[in-house]
Amino acid sequence: MRNILSILALISLFYQQLPAQEHHAEVHHETAEAHGECSCHHEEEYSPSAVAFHHIADANAFHIFGDLYVPLPCILYAPEQGWSVFMSNAFEFGHHGDGKNAVEGYVLHEGVVMRVVDASFPREKVAVECFTSREAEVDGKKREIYQVMYEGNCYDLDRKTTLDGGMLGGGISSYYDFSITKNVFTMLLTVILLLIVFLGVAKAYRTREGQAPKGMQSLMEPIVVFIRDEVAVPFLGHKYEKYLPFLLTVFFFVLGLNLIGQIPFFPGSGNVTGNLAVTSVLAIFTFFVTNLSGNKHYWEHTLWMPGVPAWIKIILTPVEIMGLIIKPTTLMLRLFANITAGHIVIIIFVSLIFIFGDVGQSLTGSITGIFIAVPLTMFMMSIELLVAFIQAFVFCILSASYISAAIEEPHHH
Amino acid sequence: MESILFLADFSVIRPEPGLMVWTLIIFAIFWFLMAKFAFKPIQQALKSREQDIQQALDQAKKAREEVEGVQAQNEQILIEAREERSKILKEAKDAKDAIVNEAREQAKEEASRILARARQDIENQRMAAVIDMKNQIGNFALEIAQKVLQKELENDQNRETFVKGQIENIKLN
Repeated sequence: MRNILSILALISLFYQQLPAQEHHAEVHHETAEAHGECSCHHEEEYSPSAVAFHHIADANAFHIFGDLYVPLPCILYAPEQGWSVFMSNAFEFGHHGDGKNAVEGYVLHEGVVMRVVDASFPREKVAVECFTSREAEVDGKKREIYQVMYEGNCYDLDRKTTLDGGMLGGGISSYYDFSITKNVFTMLLTVILLLIVFLGVAKAYRTREGQAPKGMQSLMEPIVVFIRDEVAVPFLGHKYEKYLPFLLTVFFFVLGLNLIGQIPFFPGSGNVTGNLAVTSVLAIFTFFVTNLSGNKHYWEHTLWMPGVPAWIKIILTPVEIMGLIIKPTTLMLRLFANITAGHIVIIIFVSLIFIFGDVGQSLTGSITGIFIAVPLTMFMMSIELLVAFIQAFVFCILSASYISAAIEEPHHH
Repeated sequence: MESILFLADFSVIRPEPGLMVWTLIIFAIFWFLMAKFAFKPIQQALKSREQDIQQALDQAKKAREEVEGVQAQNEQILIEAREERSKILKEAKDAKDAIVNEAREQAKEEASRILARARQDIENQRMAAVIDMKNQIGNFALEIAQKVLQKELENDQNRETFVKGQIENIKLN
């Protein structure tokens, strides 16, 4: 019943956003100048992939429904103009997360802060008209550049800096975003919830010493014991106690974020573990925990494998060194891909209603769509619930296996 | 072109330094707090409880073994007691037999002694009676002899002859 309600809530969310969809779905085919005469004309076109990408993306405001957003703090740094700190409601949330104002040269487009590159753009708070986009050729690749219209002129917008080195369509731009984004907010919320739960559980162990576990304690204890007895002890042996807190922290952090991301409305819906930035940092933690606890035996086997001819060692050593990086990279990609895929599939299933319903034009189509989309979405949500646990467990058990390889004692055959 | 647009909108694949920094800070603090204030105490509590349970089980096993030992001991004692009882009974029987035999012997002895004494007494009585009879017979004989003599000696001639005979007898002796 609750599932059905949440799906209905999600559907209503989409309906609320539909008119806004028109804003960004259109593509400007005319190649406009970086800052010149332009117009924002809206073509009606529903793109499920655009909706999906928008919903899994990080944002500088937390969407509740309609034009209602929870403002989040923006902490922006541009080398040209220094730090800018303000709440994102300074943008005044309009349709589909487009800000009505520009603040200190920053605008809010689709819930994401962007920076006007042009130095002639006013750096104080000004009202902007609308957003559009143009296609341009950057380094031989066609790229879509967003634009903001201010006083009849269109200004190119810069995306926030990303660390993919231009390989994935990003790169170093004119500013850095250190804001408490939707993902950071979700992470903080999850962490606080988990801390409340686990500090309570830890307290219960103190106050109820010598008694049977009760309440939250008895809910969490089997999970803790499971991670200890099925992950930590088999992999790490007698040294498990040193690494168990890390494994448990990783497990509950990932699980908490996976589960809170499953909730389709505020304060859930944040696709945190489906963001490469987050999973990469988690993988980096595993990388450091693994390699900082590596013993002589481990480094010997990594850098100069004993017992093989020298010419094989020359091939083997680079492979082993690559392996050091590849192992956490697979961790990062696996979690990211699974969670992102789950979110996308659910959004696409819900989108079926709009595809069948001709974007709200056909009621019969919409109803047909609902009968197809609701069971599919419910099925997918159940699968995702399973995936939330599986991926948290997999991240945890693979971290344990990497650590176990690093601390393994040499055994003589 | 399509794929570039796809990547352009697929922002989650582009790691943002801001989100990475926040994740780093939040996870580090979370790890520290959870490890120090939640998982270590929980781990300790679970461990000590498991040890307690193991100890309790061991103790129960030990107690059971002890009880079993005590039971075996009890049985041993019972067996020993039974043996003791039969031994005591046997001894008592022996003692009884011995006493009875002894008593019988004693009685026999006593009886024979009494018998012997009785015989002695009878003999003594008989001897006394014989002596008495002898004495009386002697006395009777003396009286008779006296009376005979008196009758004999009433005649003077006889008296003389007798005295002369006696004197002669004395002289001959």
